[in-house]
Amino acid sequence: MDLSHSPEDLAFRDEVRAFIRDNLPSHIRAKVAAGQHLAKEDYVTWQKLLHGRGWMAPHWPVAWGGCDWTPVQRHIFDEELNFGNTPRIMPFGTKMLAPVLLQFGTEAQKRRYLPKILASEEWWCQGYSEPGAGSDLAGLKTRAERKGDRYVVTGQKTWTTLAQYADWMFVLVRTDPAAKKQEGISFILMDMRSKGVTVRPIRTIDGSQEINDVFLDGVEVPVENLVGEENKGWTCAKYLLGYERSGIAGIAYSKKMLEKLRKVAADETIGGRPLLEHPPFREKMARVEIELMALEYTNLRALANETKGVVPGPEPSILKVRGTEIQQAITELFVEAAGPYALPFLPEALEGGSNVESIGPEGAAAFAPHYLNWRKTSIYGGSNEIQKNIVSKILLRA
Amino acid sequence: MDFALSEQQQQLADSLARFIRDEYAIDARRRTVAGDEGFSRAHWRTFAELGLLGLPFAEDEGGIGGDGVDTMVVMEAFGRGLVVEPFLPTVVLCGTLLKRAASRAQRAALLPGVIAGERLLAFAHGERRARYDLSHVETRATPAADGFAIDGVKSVVLGAAAADQLLVSARTPAGIALFLVDRAAPGVSLRPYQTIDGQRAAEVVFAGVKVGRDAMLGPDGGALPAIEHAVDVATAAVCAEAVGCMQALLEATRDYLNTREQFGTRIGNFQALQHALVDMFIELEQARSMAIVAAVRCDDPDATTRARPLSAAKVQIGKSGRIVGQKAVQLHGGMGMTDEMKVGHYFKRLTAIEQSFGDSDHHLARFQAA
Repeated sequence: MDLSHSPEDLAFRDEVRAFIRDNLPSHIRAKVAAGQHLAKEDYVTWQKLLHGRGWMAPHWPVAWGGCDWTPVQRHIFDEELNFGNTPRIMPFGTKMLAPVLLQFGTEAQKRRYLPKILASEEWWCQGYSEPGAGSDLAGLKTRAERKGDRYVVTGQKTWTTLAQYADWMFVLVRTDPAAKKQEGISFILMDMRSKGVTVRPIRTIDGSQEINDVFLDGVEVPVENLVGEENKGWTCAKYLLGYERSGIAGIAYSKKMLEKLRKVAADETIGGRPLLEHPPFREKMARVEIELMALEYTNLRALANETKGVVPGPEPSILKVRGTEIQQAITELFVEAAGPYALPFLPEALEGGSNVESIGPEGAAAFAPHYLNWRKTSIYGGSNEIQKNIVSKILLRA
Repeated sequence: MDFALSEQQQQLADSLARFIRDEYAIDARRRTVAGDEGFSRAHWRTFAELGLLGLPFAEDEGGIGGDGVDTMVVMEAFGRGLVVEPFLPTVVLCGTLLKRAASRAQRAALLPGVIAGERLLAFAHGERRARYDLSHVETRATPAADGFAIDGVKSVVLGAAAADQLLVSARTPAGIALFLVDRAAPGVSLRPYQTIDGQRAAEVVFAGVKVGRDAMLGPDGGALPAIEHAVDVATAAVCAEAVGCMQALLEATRDYLNTREQFGTRIGNFQALQHALVDMFIELEQARSMAIVAAVRCDDPDATTRARPLSAAKVQIGKSGRIVGQKAVQLHGGMGMTDEMKVGHYFKRLTAIEQSFGDSDHHLARFQAA
C-alpha cells in the first residue's frame, strides 16, 4: 500500500499544469474564477485546445482518441483542470453518449459521431427526462413511430441542459407503446435542426438559463440513427447512467472551492478577527474538509478497482450521493461567509466578462446564486434517493 | 498510489479471518469476557504462534518488521471478532513506546518475552484532569538515592491488571519521562474494572514507588514525542478496528433486513430502512478510506505531519462509528437492544473507540490547528 504520487505522476501533473498555464486564454480563466456564466464559444475554445493536445476524452479507448492513463493520472488531470480555472469539459458527448456508442453503436455510427465529439464540432444534449418521467424515467411517453426509413417523434423532453447550444440530442423514445414500461424504449440520435424541434428556456431559482424544455412535434429521424436494437433502448439508458454518475462526485471541484472559501473567510472579519478563525465557522469548514478527504480516497479506491477489472457495484452511486452533499455544503458555507452580502442580487455581475463589481466580499454576487443553483446536484443524474434505492438493491441482494 | 495489500498481508488477513470464524464465536467470547482475566491466555499463545506479537518489531530484534498497514490488517480482523486480548496495550501502545524510547539493551530485555507471549505490558498515562491532553502529567517522579520515587494516579489504564509491567509517564524536574514499573512493585495498587465494551482497565495508584535510574526509557524530560507517536499509532489501530466492527454491523443488518418479516413482508422492502442501510454503507466506506490513510501515515516519525491525517481519520471514524452503530441497533429493533445479539456489542466497542485516544472534538481541534 502506498499513498504517495510516483515521480512519473508528479511529472505528469507538472505537464498538465504547464499546458493549462500556457494555453488557457486569460479572459476565460477570469470568468471561471469569478463564477461567471460562460458562453458556448468559451467551452468550445478550451475543448479544441485540449483536443489539440489529445486530452479531450482521456477515458476513451486509445484507438478512438483516448489516453492510456492510470486512475491516478485521471484524478490528477481532473484536479489540475479545476485548480487551473478551466471551463468544465461538456459531459454529454464525451462521458454520456460516447460510452453508449462504443458499447452498442455500429462502426458507422462510431465513425460518424465520435470524431466530431472529440473535435468539439458537434455539441450534444441529453433527451431523457419528461414532465411525467423524472425519477421514474422508464415512464417516458415521447412516441416514435416507424414510417418507412424514418421515425416520427412527438413528445416533450425537459430539464435539457444547454439544449440551446446543442447540434444533436440523444433521445429516449417509446417505440412500442404496448410493451411493458422498460421494454418499448429505444435510444435514437436527433439532429436539433430538424423540423419540429422547439427549445424553450427554463429560468431557474438562481436566475440563470441553463436548462430547457424541448418540444418535439412530428420530428423525422432516419432509422439509421437508432443505437442498439429497437425496443432495447433501456439497456443503453442504464449503461449511460452508470457513466453519468462516475465523475459526478466533483472531488477536485470541491477541493478548489474549499480553497476559494478559505480565501474569502480569511478576508471577512467577525469581531475584528478573520472569519476563518471564528470557531463555529472554522469547525464547519473542517468537517467538510475531512469528509472530502475521505471521499477522495474512496474515489481513488474505486478507480483502482476499476483498473483491476472489478465491475463497479455501488461505488458510482455512493460517490454521487456523498460528493453532491459535500458540494452543497460548501455552497452553503459561501453564503454564510458572505453574511448580509448574500442578499444583493446582481445578475449582471455574473454575465461572462462583466465588469460589474460585487457588493461586499469579492465575487459575492455569485455565492447565493451558486448555492441555489447547486441544489440541482442532488436531483440530477438520478436523484440521491434513487441512488440509495440502487445501492440498497445491491446490498440486500448480496 | 496503490491500495492493494501485499501477498503476505493478504495471507495474514485470511488466517485471522479463519481464526475469528473458528475460535471467536459470540458465545465463546462471552465466556472469556466473564472470566477472571477477561481474555484468553490460549488465544494469546495463538497470537504469539501466528507472529502477531512481534509484528511491529525489527527483524533483528526478533520481530516481523511490520508497519502501520500490517497493524491495520490485524486490527480490522480484531474488530470483526470483537477480540478482547490485550494486543492494543501490549503490542501497539507499549510496542511503539519501546521502539521510540527504549534503548537497545532495554528492548533486548523486554521484547523476547513480549514476542513469545509471556510478557504483557500496559501504558499508564491518562490522568483525571488530562482528558485527551497528552502533555498533562501530574504524576511525579522525584529524584531519590539511586533513582526516582513515583507518586500519582493513572486513569483508565487498558490491560493494567493482566500486565506484568507498566510503562508509566511521570514528571521529573526535567519534564515528562517514561518509567518501566513492575505491576506488583510495592506502592502500586489497582482498582480494576470492566469497560463498557467488555475489555479490562484499571485506575492505578503509585504511592512512593521506587524505581532505579535504569527504569527510565528514553531521555529524561523528553518522553512526549514517543508518547504522541504511540497514541497516533494506537489511533490508527482503533480506526482499523472500528472499520472491522462497522463491516460486521453492516452485514448483520443486511441479513436482518433480508429475513425479518413485518406487515407480511421482509422489512428490507421498506424504503426508509433501505436508505438507512445505504447511509451505513456510505459511512463505512468513508471510514475505511480514512483508516487506510491513518495506517499509512502513522509511521511518520514527525508529529506535525502526522497530526492532520491522523486527526482527520479519528474524526471520520467517530462520526461514521456513531451513525453505523446507532442505525444498526435501530434497524434491529428491539432485538438490537438485547445482550444476546452481537450488534449491541459492536455498538459498545465503537462507542468506546470514540472516547479513546482523543474524541472527535479533540481531533477536530487538532486537525484545525495542524
